[in-house]
Amino acid sequence: MGLLTSPLWGKYVFQMNTKAAIDADYLTLIVAGLLVGFGARYGSGCTSGHGICGLSRLSPRSLIATLTFMGCGFFVVYLVRHLI
Amino acid sequence: MSQNHSIFSNGSEYLIGVLFGLGLMISGMSNPAKILAFLDLAGAWDPSLIFVMGGAVLIGLLAFYLAKKRTENFLGGAMHIPTRRDIDQPLIVGSALFGVGWGLAGFCPGPALVSLGSGESKALVFVLAMLVGMWIFERIGQKKL
Repeated sequence: MGLLTSPLWGKYVFQMNTKAAIDADYLTLIVAGLLVGFGARYGSGCTSGHGICGLSRLSPRSLIATLTFMGCGFFVVYLVRHLI
Repeated sequence: MSQNHSIFSNGSEYLIGVLFGLGLMISGMSNPAKILAFLDLAGAWDPSLIFVMGGAVLIGLLAFYLAKKRTENFLGGAMHIPTRRDIDQPLIVGSALFGVGWGLAGFCPGPALVSLGSGESKALVFVLAMLVGMWIFERIGQKKL
């Protein structure tokens, strides 16, 4: 709930610009959402869980997870933006 | 006492969520365009994410160092710090799938919720698909994989 309502705090209390640029089309968003949801559960963590909390705990699992999802992210963006 | 406790507990969870969300917005990490610019090594590369993550980890190192010394949290509840250290197949395959989805849309769970809260209809589509993905894991993942 805190995360969901944080843009309201940002916008009305701190006068921040909360606008985001989402270029992906709806089909891409659906496929990406399914992968992110499934992958986060199967890999037991996400960018915040493994990338921030896990690395802060010096967890070897989180280091491997972070290198893996970052590597895949680099690869997919290269594929989509430069090869296809 | 227990009623007071749950008010403090829910209140602190809420404020921690707001704080995390503000951090994501201030650093630009709630914006998929910024994430994709980080992942685009061959394009106009934007290294922001490394500095945001590095900064967060520096603070986190201190926070978890202190947290590990405690047996209960400040509100008297139990501490839940993960202890597994084994590298297994679900960790690798799950993280790989997560990375592919992250690279496709530029969204991961935290920033997607922030974008949803700022009223982006595309973020709603992503979050619903993400919930379905988690549900699929609950239904088949734990049994078969």
